[in-house]
Formats: sequence, structure tokens, C-alpha cells
Amino acid sequence: MELILVNLIDGLVTGLLLFMLSAGLTLIFSMMGVLNFAHASFYMLGAYFAYQISIYTGFWMGLLIAPVIVGVLGAGVERYGLRRVHQYGHVPELIFTFGLALLIEELVQFIWGKSQMPYETPEILQFTAFSIAGNAIPAYKIFMIFISVGIFIALLYVLTRTRVGMIIQAALSYPKTVEALGHNVPLVFMGVFGVGTALAGVAGVIAGPVLSTFPGMAVVLGSIVFVTIVIGGLGSLGGALVASLIIGWLTTFAKAYNVRMEDILTGIGFTKPDPIWDSAWRDLWTVTSPQIADILPYLLMVLILVFRPYGLFGKRDA
Amino acid sequence: MTDISQSRTARAPLVTLGAAMPWIVATVFLILMPLVFQSNSALTIMNQMAITIIFALAYNMLLGQGGMLSFGHAVYMGVGGFLCVHIMNWDQFFGMLPLPVLPIFGGLFGMGLALIVGSFSTRKAGTVFAMISLGVGELIAACSVIIVAFFGGEEGISGDRTYGLPFFGIEFLQQIEVYYLTAFWLVLSALLMYLFSRTPVGRMANAVRDNPERAEFLGYSARWVRFYSFVASGFFAGIAGGLFAINYEILTEENLNLVQSGSILLIAFLGGVGFFFGPIIGAILFTLLQTVLSLETEIWALYLGALFVLTVMFFPGGIAGVLMMHVVPARLGKLGGLVVPYLKIGIPAIVAIIGGACLLEILFHLRHAPADDHEMTLFWITFDSHSAVSWIVCLVMAVGGFWLARRVAPEVAEAWHDANTPDGGAA
Repeated sequence: MELILVNLIDGLVTGLLLFMLSAGLTLIFSMMGVLNFAHASFYMLGAYFAYQISIYTGFWMGLLIAPVIVGVLGAGVERYGLRRVHQYGHVPELIFTFGLALLIEELVQFIWGKSQMPYETPEILQFTAFSIAGNAIPAYKIFMIFISVGIFIALLYVLTRTRVGMIIQAALSYPKTVEALGHNVPLVFMGVFGVGTALAGVAGVIAGPVLSTFPGMAVVLGSIVFVTIVIGGLGSLGGALVASLIIGWLTTFAKAYNVRMEDILTGIGFTKPDPIWDSAWRDLWTVTSPQIADILPYLLMVLILVFRPYGLFGKRDA
Repeated sequence: MTDISQSRTARAPLVTLGAAMPWIVATVFLILMPLVFQSNSALTIMNQMAITIIFALAYNMLLGQGGMLSFGHAVYMGVGGFLCVHIMNWDQFFGMLPLPVLPIFGGLFGMGLALIVGSFSTRKAGTVFAMISLGVGELIAACSVIIVAFFGGEEGISGDRTYGLPFFGIEFLQQIEVYYLTAFWLVLSALLMYLFSRTPVGRMANAVRDNPERAEFLGYSARWVRFYSFVASGFFAGIAGGLFAINYEILTEENLNLVQSGSILLIAFLGGVGFFFGPIIGAILFTLLQTVLSLETEIWALYLGALFVLTVMFFPGGIAGVLMMHVVPARLGKLGGLVVPYLKIGIPAIVAIIGGACLLEILFHLRHAPADDHEMTLFWITFDSHSAVSWIVCLVMAVGGFWLARRVAPEVAEAWHDANTPDGGAA
């Protein structure tokens, strides 16, 4: 029972982190119809910038400044890159962001090298918040939960309660009408893109110390983020939240509990072939849940697409 | 190879000499190449090129002709290759099989996988298709570590091509024999892919790419048209995989992952997805760049990434698109008028690019070389990377070249406009 609680917290941290990325991604997608392949690269840039800043001024300034820089960069990419490519259609846009992801990874390697950066959690948060049946929960995890929940509440407030949020929501559905009413829709797009990438930057800043800061971090998380928004339904913010949490918990629990395929198969009534090493099915028999934890999201995605092609909360005509 | 060209000319009423000419020239070229480049390393590069060309053409059946952007196409090539290595290791069967037919099995297996995946992934084009292809690709790549029986885990699986039945006394011990085998399959698959694009299905794939609704109104199922293209593309990707297996006799997880899938996208797009021959240019150029640039500089992947992004932004038609833009001036006989403006903008642009590249190299050297290592060599000139002089020279080259190129840009645009307008008034 206690272990379940610990895993629930761990899964929540992963899920919220995923949501911070997928929220921006899905917002950008529903607005411009372009899936930003480089989204996870902005997450990586957030971590690297924060590391560089933290060398001089400490972690907290990094948390403040790095997302701003990432957001400005993102807005610049929209203004000078995407807007130009937009005229060629959606597929070149997707290819452009894919190329950008490659380029950013190479740039990061160019500047910081291939090795992992010694980016650490701030000393003030290096203590145990509380422990559940002997399992210590570090304060940094609690801090991550609070930061991400805080950002979402702020985002939700801006989107639903302020004038800017109203214009954004209107521009989501009827960009032409909003433009006709005298609003600068391209500016709104640029702003949303900037804010979305800044969110990814924040995720990078707070995830960098725990998930380690290295040039492959974008690839590691990137494809999972896409899987998340496909499962949740493209363009659905609520779906992104649900899918993020599902994936967070699914992978955490699969890693924590060693469920062996052998037990399941014998439970159903199959007999284990002997010797196992000569059997064609040996890989099936020896599979354990921690082994496949990382591919579970992809499996889930394929299943969802087969049985519910528009994702959990996607609109049919999306 | 000769029998192909003969059969083409034999059906003279259907196939004109003009249409067959590129194929005959290409075949003769492929036959003669090893006589020019005889070293083993050159043969290896050419084999690599041929395999990449087949794969890039198969990929372009999706991207260029069908409008489907795939981020996981390496999987179909990979599994085809894996199956071929398994067949190589299957003594009784492989002993009765001449090696040249091996790629067919790879193709069929790639096609089988494409049948399964395509059944649910081709419902939608565009972003949804791209995402599914990415997810399936990652899934299979990740599975390669778990399903050890087929994928061989971390170290992959390896085989030996020489155990096969000798083919007219050829045992494929030497690189040159493998080259001709690969070249034969290259011509055959390229021809088949070209012919596929001329079939009604291939034509409908273009229609579905451009306007799916209209195609549906005409009574075609956009989904099934996409499905057929997808399956055919999986087949040819599998053939490329089989050739890869014959060439390298080993396949690992690297043949399946996102890096591989991404680079084939890059190749096809650089070459130009709008024309059939675009990916061929892309594959040749990419293989050359990869082998030559990676010997010269450590940051070649950075240049390649920058080249790719710039191509998407400014030349979405790729190299083939740029070449084909010159058809109109050539028809009007005004190509000559473009040479001087091109030189005027080309020389400063090249100077700017060299300057910029030097800046990057110096910066890279400063950051990553050992602290006491001040000496570096660029373009056969050795200098001190910490001195200000080298910085200034590169900066002047980069900025000056860029400024000059920008200055003559309107002039070039004018010349381009002239070259595209027929004499004596409005077009």
C-alpha cells in the first residue's frame, strides 16, 4: 500500500512534466495546425540555458530567465521560420520543425559538447520532504509538482478569465473573423508559440537536474510527448492532461512492479517450454514489465489508434 | 541489366527512345563506374549510394508522390534486412538459393509489415499519419532490444552471404561482384518504381496528395490509394534492406531507429520530392557529403542540419526543383544570360559560407580542443586559433560576402525575370 503511494507520487511528477510539454504542443497544434517537432528541443534548450545561468547566478535566476530566453527564441522561430514555410503547406512545416530539432541538437553539441552537464538541484531543496514507510520523497519532487500545478492554474486563468485568453480562444476557432475584428492574429500566433516553447523551457529547467542534462534528452522525451498528444487526441488540452498522467503512472508502475510474462502465461494455462533457450517464443516467456516499461506508451498509442483513431478526447473531424 | 534495356526497346510503340534514354544511359553508367573507380573504398561508397537511392526512391513514393510524411520508414528497410540475414543463417534453405534473389524476401517481408501497419495508419494523411509512423517506428526500434530471437538485441545479427548457391559460378566473395548485384537491383527497382508512378494507382496517389476530397468525389477511396502506395513503398524499402544485408552482412538496432528514418527524409527532401529523380540526387549528394565531410570536420552534422533547414525555408523543391526551374529559360534559349548574374551572386555567397564555416570551426576548436592546443588547420592553412587575426579574416569574409551577395540580389532577380519572359512582350 505504501509503495503504491510512493509510485503514485513518482508517476504524478513524470505525468505533470509530460503535460508541461504536451500542453504547449497541443495548444500550438490546435492554433496553427502544425505539430512542432522541435518542441522537445526547446525543452532541452531550457535545461542548458538554465545550467549556464546557474553557474553564474544560481538555480533560481536560471528558473526565471531561461524560459524567457527560450520563449523569445521560439517566437523568433515562428516569426522568421514557420511563417515563411507556412505558405508551402503543412507537410513542409512539419519537415521544417523536424530539421530544426536536428539543428538544435547539433548546436547544443557544438556549444556544450556531447557529455552530460553537472546541472544539480539547488542546495536549499536537497532534503527529504517526508518519507512513506521508509521511502524518502525528496523535496525537489514536491517542488516540481507545485511549480507545474501553479503554472497550469495560471495558464487556465489566463486562457479562460482574461481578455487575451478570450482572443486566443476565438483565434483558435475563427482566425479570419478575429482578424476582421481588428486583432493582430499573426501576433497572437507568435505569442502562443512563444509561450508554448517557454513552457517547454520551464519543463527543461526543472527536469534537467533530475533527468540529467545531455544532448540526447530531447530525443528521449520528444517522441513520448508526441505519443501523449496522439493518445489524448490532437488539439485537446484536457486529453493531453489525462494522457500525460496515464503515461506517467503506467511507466512508473511497470518499472516498480516486476510482473513477469512467465507468471501470466502459466497462469493462463500454458506450460513453459523446456529448455527455454531453444524455444522460438523464449523472448515472450522471459519478458518482464520493467523491460517493456519504456515501450508501453507506444503500444498504448497503437492500440488507441486502432480502436479510437481520434484519441481519447479528440474531435472526430480534427 | 542489358535484358531490361532490350525489353524496353522491343516494346517500341509503347516506349519511345527518348523516354528510355535516361535508363539506358544510367545503366551504362553503372556498368562503367567500377572501371573508373577501382578501389575497394570507392566500391563501398557506391554500394552505399545504390542502397540509399533505392530507399530514398521508396520513401519518395510516400512523401513526394503520395503526400505522406513518414518518420519511421527505416523500420521497413530494417526488418527486410533482418529477415535476409536470418535466411542467410538458415543453412538448408540458403544453400539452395542463389544470392541475387535474396532481396525479394526482404521486400516481401517489408511489404508484409507495411500491410499490417498501413491498415490503420493510412486512414489519414498529414500530421496524423506522421505521428503514427513515428510511434510505430519507435515501437519497433525499441522492440529490437527485447525480441532478441529476431533482432539479436544490442549487438544485432550477422550472417555470411557466401553460403548461398553460386550464381553462374559467382560466389560474391569480392566487392565488385556485390556491386554489380546491387546495381542490377538498383536499376530494376528504380524502373519498377518509375513504372508504378505511371500506373493508374500511382497517378491517383498524386491526385489524393493534392486534393483528397476531390479524389473521393470522383469515386476513389483516398484511404485505399494511400494504402497501396504505402505497401508498395514498404516492398521497395525491404529490397533496400535486403541489399544492405548482402553488403554489410550485419544489421543492428541502428538500422531501425529514428536517426535512420530522419536521414532518409533529409535525403529525399534535399534532392527534391517533387520529381522522380530528386531523391537520386539527394542520395548521391548525401552519401558523398557524409563520407567526405565527416573526414574533414567534426561538426559536419551541424552543416547538414543547417543546409536542411535552409532548403526547407528557401528551396522547398530541393535540388531537383531548382534544376527544373531552369527548364523554362532553357526552352527560351536564355540560359546563357543567367551565367553572369549567377557568378556575381555565387562568388560572394561562397566566400560568405566559407567565412561562416571557418568561424564555426574556430569557435569549435576554442571550446573543445585541449587548452594548450592553439594550432588548427583549415583549407590547408595552419594558424593560431586564439589570435584575433584569424577571427577578423573570417568575419570580414562572412559579413563582406553576405553584404555583396545581398547587394546583387535584386540584379539577379531581374535577370531571372528576364530569362523567364519570352522576347517581345508579356508572357
